[in-house]
Amino acid sequence: MREKILDMSTLDKDLLLKLDDYIEAIEGDKQEHLIHVLHKAQEIFGYLPQNLQLYIARKLDLSGARVNGVVTFYSFFNENPVGKYTISVCMGTACYVKGADKVLQRVLELTGTSKNEISKDGLFTVKDVRCIGACGLAPVMTVNDKVYGKVTPKDVDEIIRHYRSVENADK
Amino acid sequence: MRINNFEDLKLWQKKCPRKTDYKINVLICMGTSCMSSDSEMIAILLEKTLKTRNVIAEVNVIKTGCFGFCGQGPIIKIEPDDITYVQVKVEDIEEIVDSHIINRTIVERLLYQDPHDTDAIKESSGMNFYRKQMRIALRNCGEINPENIEDYIVNDGYFALSKVLQEYTPEKVIEIIKKAGLRGRGGGGFYTGLKWEMTRRFPGDEKYVICNADEGDPGAFMDRSILEGDPHSILEAMMIAGYAMGAENGLIYIRAEYGIATKRLRIAIDQAKKAGLIGKNIFGTNFNFNIEIKLGAGAFVCGEETALIHSMEGFRGEPTKKPPFPSEAGFRGKPSSVNNVETFANIPAIILKGYEWFSAIGTKGSKGTKVFALAGQIRNNGLVEVPMGTTFREIVYDIGGGHPEGKNIKAIQIGGPSGGVITEEYFDTKIDYDSLISMGAMMGSGGMIIMDEETDMVKVAKFYLEFTQDESCGKCTPCRIGTKRMYEILDRLVKMEGKPEDLDKLKILGENIKNSSLCGLGQTAPNPVLSTMKYFPEEYEAYAYRTKKTTYTIDPKKCIGCTKCARNCPVSCITGTVKEPHYIDESKCIACGACYEACPVDAILKP
Repeated sequence: MREKILDMSTLDKDLLLKLDDYIEAIEGDKQEHLIHVLHKAQEIFGYLPQNLQLYIARKLDLSGARVNGVVTFYSFFNENPVGKYTISVCMGTACYVKGADKVLQRVLELTGTSKNEISKDGLFTVKDVRCIGACGLAPVMTVNDKVYGKVTPKDVDEIIRHYRSVENADK
Repeated sequence: MRINNFEDLKLWQKKCPRKTDYKINVLICMGTSCMSSDSEMIAILLEKTLKTRNVIAEVNVIKTGCFGFCGQGPIIKIEPDDITYVQVKVEDIEEIVDSHIINRTIVERLLYQDPHDTDAIKESSGMNFYRKQMRIALRNCGEINPENIEDYIVNDGYFALSKVLQEYTPEKVIEIIKKAGLRGRGGGGFYTGLKWEMTRRFPGDEKYVICNADEGDPGAFMDRSILEGDPHSILEAMMIAGYAMGAENGLIYIRAEYGIATKRLRIAIDQAKKAGLIGKNIFGTNFNFNIEIKLGAGAFVCGEETALIHSMEGFRGEPTKKPPFPSEAGFRGKPSSVNNVETFANIPAIILKGYEWFSAIGTKGSKGTKVFALAGQIRNNGLVEVPMGTTFREIVYDIGGGHPEGKNIKAIQIGGPSGGVITEEYFDTKIDYDSLISMGAMMGSGGMIIMDEETDMVKVAKFYLEFTQDESCGKCTPCRIGTKRMYEILDRLVKMEGKPEDLDKLKILGENIKNSSLCGLGQTAPNPVLSTMKYFPEEYEAYAYRTKKTTYTIDPKKCIGCTKCARNCPVSCITGTVKEPHYIDESKCIACGACYEACPVDAILKP
C-alpha cells in the first residue's frame, strides 16, 4: 500500500518537466525555497499527493518527512484533490458576526459535500477560510479568485447555479 | 528612465505627468473590496465612454488603491471637484460622464447620504468619514496609481531615501526614528528605532531587513491596503532601514492569500530595479540593496517573528525561544530586523517632514497615527487613520457612523484573537498602546470589530478560541493542549451542558496558558475569553447555570394573530388561532429565526 502511494512513476511526466524547470531556475539555496516549490507544484498539479511530495524531497535533497511536515503545517497546501471550483467562505470575525456560518451551511447543502471534501460531480470543494481581508464586504465568499461580497444564503443559490450552468454549457 | 545620481530623481519628478496637467482626474478604487464589486469593469467602461464622447484627452483616469470607504464601494472620486460617488454600478458610468464630466452637473443620487445629515454631502473632504482622519501611512492610498512609479515620484517618492543617503549617517537615521517615537504597528508596540539600533550593533557579514506582511488577524486589512495602494513606499522604507542597519538584503514575507498585493509588489520591485533604485550603487553611491518576496502558505503563527523567519527558510513556521532575538540571530542566523508594513509606511514621511513633526502627533507614549479597520455592526466599514489618542467614541460614532440600524453598540473587540473587548464605559478613553493594555486589550494590528446588543459574547470568545487552538503550531504544551481544553469548556457551556465550576476552570487555565506559553500566540490566546469574562460575567453565568434562554418566544401583547410565523415555522412548533396571540412550544423550537423574519409587528423575541 505504502509503495503504491509513494510510486513516483504514476506522476504526469509533462507536468514534472514544468516543475523541474522551475526548480532549476531557482538561484541560491534551493532547499530554502521549499515553500515556493510547493506553491508551484500545487499550481501545476492542483494538489500535492504524497508521491509528488517525495519527488520534490528527492529533487531538493531533503527527507520525505521534512517535506510532508511542511505540507501538513500550512493550510494553503492540499494533500487531496480539489474540485474545479474551490468555494471559500470567510470565517473571519467580521464575516462571522454578519452570519457567515449560515452562508457556509447553505453552500454545503447545495453542493452536497462536507468541509474540505470534493463534491460528487468533481466541481466543488468547500472550505472555511481565515479572514481574507475584505471585511468591508462581510460576509464574503470566494469561488477560485472571484470575490463575492455581502452574500446572503439566498445569493448562494444563485452563485452555485451560475457555476453549474457554466459547466453544463461547456459540455 | 534610469537614476544614476540625486539630480536625476529631481529631473524625473519634473517630467512626470501630474494631476494638474489634466482638466479632470477620475480616480477609481482598485482595492480588493471594490474590485470584487466590479470596479475593473467600471474602469474599462469609463475609458470606453470617454473615448466615444471624445473627451479622453482632457480626462485622466487613475486606477488607485483603497480609499478606505470599503463598505460603500465601488468608489469613484473626481478631482479637482472633490466629489466622491459611492456604490457606483456599471450602468451609472454613462451618466457620470455625460452629466458630471461633460455638462459639469453633479449626479446627486450617487453621492454618499450621511444618515445624520439631511443633505447629501458633496465635497469628499466634508464627509464625516474623512474629516477626523489624518493620513500618514495611507497618504498615497486612493491618491495614486500603485502600478506606476511616476505617480509615486511625483508625490516625493524616493526623496526620503535620497535625503538619507545625502545628508545622514546611518546612526543619524536611527536617532531620527528613535526621537520620532515610532512604535511597531504590528502588535507588540516595540520601539522601531531601538530595534534598528540593536540590529546595527550586532556584528554580521550579512544583515536582513524583513517586512512582515503576514497580516493574519481576522478583521484587519490595513497592511493589505497599503501594499495594494502604495507598494513603493514600503520598498523605499526598507531601503532606508537597510542603510541604517548596514543591511543589503530585504525580504517581504507576504500571505499567499494576498494575490493582488503580491502582484503589485512584484510590479513595483521590477520598476524600481529598472530605474536603478533597487540594486547596486543606488543614486551612484556605494549603497546596494536588493528586495525579494517570500510567500507564506497560510499559518497565523507566522506573524510571530521567529516563526516567520523559520517559514522563510523553508521550515514549518514554529517559533523559537527568545533570546536570541532576531536582531542578533535571525534569517540564516544573521542579524535581522522584522518590521510591520504599516510601521514601514510611516518611515519616508518621518524622514521628509522631520521627527519633530511626527512626535508632535499623538499621546505621550504613542506617537503618530494608527490605522484601524472598522468592521462588524457598523455603518461605515473600512479603513481609517487617526492620530493616537483619538477616542473609541469618535472612531465608532463620528467616523464610523454608529450602528447601521441605530442599535446599541455593546462592545468593541480590538486586537483580534490576541486582544480583548472594550465596553461602553470605556468608549471615551484615548486610544494608545498603554491605555489598551491597562484595559486588558491590546493594539494588535488595529482590527476593530463592532458588536451590538444582540451579539453573544460567549460565542464570540468561543469563535476566537476555535481560531487560536486551530492555529496553535503545537510546539509548546500550554498552548497546544490548554487552548483545546478551554475550547472544549466553552463548547460545553454554549451547548448548555456546562457547570458553574467551569467558569473557575476557564479562568485558571487561561492565566496559566498566558504565563507559560512559548510565543505571543499562546501568551495572548486566552485574552478574548478572560476579557469577555471580566466585562460580561452575566452572560457566562447564564450558560453555566443553564438559565440562558435558547428559544424564540412571542410577546402576547404585540402579537396580532396573523399566523405568518406559524406558516413559516419549519418544525411546526407555533400554535394559535387567527387574530389571537400565538405560542411557541419551547421544547420543539430549533431557534432557526424563520418566525422572527416573518413577523410583521416585531412580536417575536430573540433568545
